[in-house]
Amino acid sequence: MNFYILIKITDWLIMAKITLKNLSHSYLTKQNNELDWALRGVDIDWKDGGAYALLGPSGCGKTTLLNIISGLLKPTKGEVLFNDKDVTALNPVERDIAQIFQFPVIYDTMTVYDNLAFPLKNRGLSGTEIDTKVKEIGEMLELTSTLNNKASGLTADGKQKISLGRGLVRSDVNVIMFDEPLTVIDPHLKWVLRSKLKELHQKINRTMIYVTHDQIEALTFADQVVVMHEGQIVQTGTPVELFEKPKHTFVGHFIGSPGMNILPCEIKNEQINFEGKILPTNTSLKKSNFKKTQVGIRPEFVNFSSDGIAVKVKRVSDTGRHKVIDTECNSGSIKILASSSTQIPSGSAHITFDKKYTYAYGDNWIIE
Amino acid sequence: MSLELKNIEKKVGIETHIHSTNLKLEKNTINVLLGSTLAGKTTLMQIMAGLDKPTSGEIWFNSENVTGKEVQKRNCSMVYQQFINYPNFTVFENIASPLKITGIKSDEIKERVGKVADLLKLSSMLDKKPDELSGGQQQRTALARALVKDSDLILLDEPLANLDFKLREELREELPKLFEDRDCIVVYATTEPLDALMIGGNTATLLEGKVIQYGKTLDVYSKPENLTSAKVFSDPPMNIAEIVKTGDTFKLTNNNVQWKSNIQIKDGKYKIGIRPHNITTYKEGNNSVEINGKVLISELSGSESLIHFTNGNLNWVSLSNGIQQKNIGEDTKLHMNVNEFLYFDQNNRLVNHG
Repeated sequence: MNFYILIKITDWLIMAKITLKNLSHSYLTKQNNELDWALRGVDIDWKDGGAYALLGPSGCGKTTLLNIISGLLKPTKGEVLFNDKDVTALNPVERDIAQIFQFPVIYDTMTVYDNLAFPLKNRGLSGTEIDTKVKEIGEMLELTSTLNNKASGLTADGKQKISLGRGLVRSDVNVIMFDEPLTVIDPHLKWVLRSKLKELHQKINRTMIYVTHDQIEALTFADQVVVMHEGQIVQTGTPVELFEKPKHTFVGHFIGSPGMNILPCEIKNEQINFEGKILPTNTSLKKSNFKKTQVGIRPEFVNFSSDGIAVKVKRVSDTGRHKVIDTECNSGSIKILASSSTQIPSGSAHITFDKKYTYAYGDNWIIE
Repeated sequence: MSLELKNIEKKVGIETHIHSTNLKLEKNTINVLLGSTLAGKTTLMQIMAGLDKPTSGEIWFNSENVTGKEVQKRNCSMVYQQFINYPNFTVFENIASPLKITGIKSDEIKERVGKVADLLKLSSMLDKKPDELSGGQQQRTALARALVKDSDLILLDEPLANLDFKLREELREELPKLFEDRDCIVVYATTEPLDALMIGGNTATLLEGKVIQYGKTLDVYSKPENLTSAKVFSDPPMNIAEIVKTGDTFKLTNNNVQWKSNIQIKDGKYKIGIRPHNITTYKEGNNSVEINGKVLISELSGSESLIHFTNGNLNWVSLSNGIQQKNIGEDTKLHMNVNEFLYFDQNNRLVNHG
């Protein structure tokens, strides 16, 4: 009975809910304007056991945020909480986290087995415990046949698998963080490792945070994706939410390939006026007084039709399964994504937007 | 204008880096070298440029044998994966550097740099130093330097690999436009099938130092000569299985899945290649066949769903439009578009040429 309770308690101890409260960070000693902040007013609530991604281009602040969570950086303002306990002042070791970097960090002279066992030996686990854990993780990562080989002889992705393994082997970590872990991996192997990671997450149920600039990696890995732009969170949501209803023009542009078409429009009488036409939408356009108003529609939701907006077809690229069509109207260029079997008109054509996915943006934020 | 590799071979010690290669690249073409790391893309480019000598074979440019001619004496530019610029030069000076050594007048230099900077959206950054630029802008500067002189041969070695996803997408779209009205041969090396498809032109698939197939990009994609070429040019990876044909009936070996097709090939054993987007959660095409799968993992990318599944000893990937959420371990039914199947013989050669 006591033993049972003890297990329950340790289980509870290693659960980690992560809360970031009003985090801001500046690398400067004095801040005069918004641009002097690498991170501005970040609030996040991450549940235990979730798979999360931080997505954004270089310089958006995602690495700053990651370093604050791991304790490598102390934020200028705000708090980091693990299970409601303030850890802002704790160093990385005290926070009990595992981090996996862009490039493999391994001991070349050791065997694969010893590399995986290393973090466990450091924590004083017994030989049999270590053996069980290492074999288990080796199996998951398909390293069983190479466990006794020297790590130095492995390919780049083999080495990165060991880095992943070393992050995953400890059961006492609060969170496992991945910083662009698949950068050095060839496309074919990216597929394998990516789905492997997702599979591992579902098996071991530990909180994982995945940092990347690659939308496909972020969207396929995470249940919740945090999109960052110029030091701010512009939207947090499931991959589907980010795709179907971008709350900020940056999300529209950054997610999807090609990204959302975003063009200037006017909003009059709560309606979108574009190219002399009124564009129907399902969202309410009651708010007004914006410096800049734009209409956004994803290339997937634009169709050729007999009437509608007049465009000129500029270029068609066939990617094998889709055609990407570049068209131009008076307000700018509009991309269309169509299936490969679609007949594409040449020269002048007309297009319509799917009402359900037509959004208006005021000063880059969705109007709804 | 043409560049021709005749029986080029490259050996380093006992290792063969490039197996006997014949390739003829024509004027005004973009040629993609597609293959994974160590496929021989960079070695091949260095041989084309004259930075490296082949162990045997000849390189012909137009009607001249240029084998052994040094790189300085060839009219060629190269852009690498790493952004290489002169750190203490401004963007203007960086772009102008290949022209300065040719003794062109400064007025003309200014005009040509201005034009190419405009094309690559660098006009507002001409006075900056490379370290003040983003990665994308630094690579644009390197590209501008390659474009500013009228090179006969422009070699781009994974130029977008170190860029952010979105920048890569943007530049990939601009690249073919940059070369549209230039008299030159462009060679572009990449590991990404999508790069090749977006760039168009011609593609050579490479594996382990061998050119597997060369032709118009879309032809190589839709009619791969053999299974190797099909695999190199497939992302997500192609699904492959052994099949048996009897009359007009085709059947997966060790499996009950069967379909009918009137393609004219002899009865016997074949291999089948199915691209992931031809296995979907809904029916596509007028001839489809069902396959059961146990879901390994499903991934959503917003507009598309990838479902990894197993069926007997098959471990396949399907790619469907829209949101198709499946749970791990769930039994599911998928539809395969028979019209898009690729059939290969026992020697892995494609047998159903369209």
